[in-house]
Amino acid sequence: MAIEETNVYDSDRVRSVALEEIRAIIHYKDLIVQLIRRDIVARYKRSVLGVLWTMLNPLGTMVILTIVFSRMFNMRGVYPAYIITGLVAWNFFAQTTQFSLNTTLWGSGLYHKIYMPRTAFIISVAGGGIINIVFALVPMLLIYLVTRVPLHASALLLPVVILILAMFTLGLSLLLSTAAVFFPDVAEFFPVLISAWMYLTPIIYPEELLMDVLNGWVLKLNPMYHILKVFRLVLYEGVVPGGLEWLIAFLIAAVTLVVGWRVFTNKAKLFGYYA
Amino acid sequence: MPDQNSSDFTNNTAIFLKDVNVAYRIPTEKIRTIKEYLIKKIRGKVKHQHFYALQDINLSIDQGEIYGIIGRNGAGKSTLLKVVSRVLYPTSGRVRIKGIVSPLLELGAGFHPELTGMENIYLNGTLLGHTRHEIQSKINDILEFSEIGDFINAPIRTYSSGMVARLGFSVATAWEPDILILDEVLSVGDAAFQKKCTNRMTSLIKGKSTVLLVTHSPALIEEMCSKAVLLDHGRIIARGSGEEISRQYMTMLE
Repeated sequence: MAIEETNVYDSDRVRSVALEEIRAIIHYKDLIVQLIRRDIVARYKRSVLGVLWTMLNPLGTMVILTIVFSRMFNMRGVYPAYIITGLVAWNFFAQTTQFSLNTTLWGSGLYHKIYMPRTAFIISVAGGGIINIVFALVPMLLIYLVTRVPLHASALLLPVVILILAMFTLGLSLLLSTAAVFFPDVAEFFPVLISAWMYLTPIIYPEELLMDVLNGWVLKLNPMYHILKVFRLVLYEGVVPGGLEWLIAFLIAAVTLVVGWRVFTNKAKLFGYYA
Repeated sequence: MPDQNSSDFTNNTAIFLKDVNVAYRIPTEKIRTIKEYLIKKIRGKVKHQHFYALQDINLSIDQGEIYGIIGRNGAGKSTLLKVVSRVLYPTSGRVRIKGIVSPLLELGAGFHPELTGMENIYLNGTLLGHTRHEIQSKINDILEFSEIGDFINAPIRTYSSGMVARLGFSVATAWEPDILILDEVLSVGDAAFQKKCTNRMTSLIKGKSTVLLVTHSPALIEEMCSKAVLLDHGRIIARGSGEEISRQYMTMLE
């Protein structure tokens, strides 16, 4: 029986490991589905409320932050709806990056046992995050309903803004995971970094608060600010973002993903010698 | 000629390794922080020693061959298997693998205790590179062979270790791979199941697959392998028929 030429792996014929990885990921797409399933099932199987926790989590945080901060910031509009919109996006970002780091560092036992495209685990973490964000939209819409924040037709653009958010998050996760393999300190340092990052991003306070700080550069140089902006525009503000806003958010996401993918796939051949 | 090395392998070559080296860099001092690394890098003080786990490995294995690898502990046998199964990327050299490799090294890789037996079949199967559809078409075979019965819908944390091993073996051997990698001949479970294992292994080995068999046992090499190599300190020090190599290995041990 002849073996198809497509099943030949030849290290001398691999021109670009980044492209080769895309080909492999397409072949292993069912693995990604299984890994997402595993993470969700394993996480919630033994808790009584199960998947409900994905919805209760942002709701709980939102309630606490509203009680603590609503008087502190003089907010126009409706504070709980504003805050939960930002939190839904931020939680996806923070949880996916953190979970990717942990998966690469401590869940990588399989890397040493059998071959599979190394990006599969991180892609599945991001995929699981997208499912979580869909669940987290339920309590968010509940808050919109209770606080009478109307949902406009712009909300139909939600899949696009989630995609942009996911591209950026995946790219950064790949970069961080690569760094963490060679320097385990990254994993220790990252939780500190991400909480500092959260307070530098307008999530629990209005962005006007940072407009004057260093001429607004604190905002302008923060990639998550631009991505959160389109996220909140389509949902909370009910406005279709302008061309420039789309362009900035998309470029940040696309460049991060391409750079992250290339760095990870080029360094992945060395993982076996480290982690 | 498409390239200069094409004379070294033919259309019939399943595994082809040329000048493969695997070198672990062992830093002479421990560097664990980025700051330390950057300072040392700038000063040109990042020093490493090289430890060669494999050196100048050249191998060409034809389709359908049963090829033996023998050597003492630490000779580089497992490293060689890792290179062929693409778990470890060699430091230098060329690796050409034709066909699907099934490493029967890690039974039940990725099994998760909270998932049911059925869910774990799909997880383990996709990890081995099979599609959902391919697993579906083998599911009855896997269920029947593993003898898990009604427990298949229970989380595998409730399984005995024998049941887990049986399930892992059944998934791993459900397909006839192009290249089969064996670290010793496997048998799991109780005596009755071991017999089933041996039968299945024999039919896989005697089938169309190319087999790469790693072992400490000269008798096994002599009995099963048409060709073999003897590894020592990361190098191939002898190649020949299974019989010759097993004799050389025994001489070396004395």
